Amino acid sequence: MSAVSVRDLWMEYPNQVVLERLNLEIAAGSFCALVGPSGCGKTTFLRLLLGEERPTRGAITVDGQPLVAEPGPGRGVVFQRYSVFPHRTVLENVIMGREFAGSRLLGRLFGAARRAAIEEAEGWLECVGLAAHRDKYPAELSGGMQQRLAIAQALIVKPRILLLDEPFGALDPGTRAQMHELLLRLWREERMTVFMVTHDLKEGFTLATRVLAFEKLRIDPTDPGRFGATITYDLKVNEERAAEMAPPLALSA
Amino acid sequence: MRRVINRRPGRGGFLFWSALPFAIAAAGYAVASALRLAENPGDRLLPPLSAMADAVVRMGFTPDTRTGDYLLWADTAASLQRLGLGLGVATALALLLGVAIGLIPYVRAGLSAFVAVLSMIPPMAVLPVLFIVFGLDELSKVVLIVVGIAPFLIRDLSLRVEEMPREQLIKAQTLGASSWQIVLQVVLPQMLPRLIDAVRLSLGPAWLFLISAEAIAATEGLGYRIFLVRRYMAMDVILPYVAWITLLAFLSDTLLRLLSRSLFPWQRAGKGAS
Ligand SMILES: Nc1ncnc2c1ncn2[C@@H]1O[C@H](COP(=O)(O)OP(=O)(O)OP(=O)(O)O)[C@@H](O)[C@H]1O
Ligand SMILES: [Mg+2]
Repeated sequence: MSAVSVRDLWMEYPNQVVLERLNLEIAAGSFCALVGPSGCGKTTFLRLLLGEERPTRGAITVDGQPLVAEPGPGRGVVFQRYSVFPHRTVLENVIMGREFAGSRLLGRLFGAARRAAIEEAEGWLECVGLAAHRDKYPAELSGGMQQRLAIAQALIVKPRILLLDEPFGALDPGTRAQMHELLLRLWREERMTVFMVTHDLKEGFTLATRVLAFEKLRIDPTDPGRFGATITYDLKVNEERAAEMAPPLALSA
Repeated sequence: MRRVINRRPGRGGFLFWSALPFAIAAAGYAVASALRLAENPGDRLLPPLSAMADAVVRMGFTPDTRTGDYLLWADTAASLQRLGLGLGVATALALLLGVAIGLIPYVRAGLSAFVAVLSMIPPMAVLPVLFIVFGLDELSKVVLIVVGIAPFLIRDLSLRVEEMPREQLIKAQTLGASSWQIVLQVVLPQMLPRLIDAVRLSLGPAWLFLISAEAIAATEGLGYRIFLVRRYMAMDVILPYVAWITLLAFLSDTLLRLLSRSLFPWQRAGKGAS
């Protein structure tokens, strides 16, 4: 769990301001849903949190420290697509995090270390309901199964922040409900701070403890890139759930 | 009547249609050769199949009177060794530079324009330079093959690496991978099949450069032999040699395809049964 704070953040691309005057204080263990119209900068915001891009102005701090300027194991991510590696089976995808940590030179584990990693990975596969598919390649999985795999793969390294970019965009309502349950459970168990981009407001309100709406406040009809989006609504929802996550924070403080 | 684009041959039909052009070409040759020989029994241009069979026995299964070698096999060994070395070195270079240029921004900044310009140099134009610098023996022929195909392989591979979804590289970093681990576990495994495909495409040019170099300066090799016996218009030797080279090229292509298939089963995952 990490607390994230964003101070007066601006993000500009050439000829275009994407985000402007962003200020946020996110308590550790929050579940934030990011909503807003297409192209308003939600993915850009996640990329900033990942450290993949740098803000033009302003700063992001995590637990009081400036954000590390490149992606790393503290922040897990599930993209809408391409989140898993096509050349590895389901099981091999999940043990990657362990292999990278355990073998600096080869990135591959052997013998007892590998068996331990596999055992752990099997636990995660059980948890996301993919145990029966451990030897399949991602191309042989459905879209929802691939997203579950991506989640298991991200969680094995125990990130303190999890970033999800429209993870369930392409799923049917039934599978989606299952995924919601899974995600809430994992959020509680792993005590992560979650940022999830979604186009489904209802999804945002059911899952999150905080809903952040991005929108452009000012629009220049002759120059659409002149102004950027900022957070226009910041709602606390599901407060009892948020409260569940709070006590250990109070203890540690 | 169904549209012609929707009508497909069955399995037997497929074999028949595949074999047909070969049969027609062979029959055409036999007829043309017979016609010419009927007119002039001493004709050398289109020798009959029997003459070519004799030549194969002479070149491949009778020791040469002067050196005691079986010429066909000695030539084949010499050519394949040069080709293998050239392809091997070019592939290794491509792997090293292609991945580095595609993945590491500083290397890309430093080398991609340079390699692009290098790849525009016509290799045959620098062959004399190679002969002067590396001498007339093995080295210059191997170097010609490398100079001829490495730039293509390097550029192809670096483009493929750049094409990899950025999400994959980010994802690997969030799993804690270092640059080296990303190369080893994410980039290489996905690029090797691409590299094998590129090598298959360069087999043709590689043979072209090999035979050119052998034609100009060599004492053995398939290309050398063809250009040597050309002086006597020995079509009965040249044609089987050409057929043999074609077969070798075809076999190496098939071998690489099968290798890629068995080493990288994930490539075909999810593409339906077959
Ligand atoms: N690398 C880039 N270079 C230039 N402009 C970019 C770049 N990435 C994004 N943009 C611009 O930034 C704006 C926000 O893009 P972003 O992907 O963050 O939108 P989004 O809110 O995630 O939209 P969606 O809901 O459709 O995914 C877009 O107008 C886009 O054109
Ligand atoms: Mg987006």
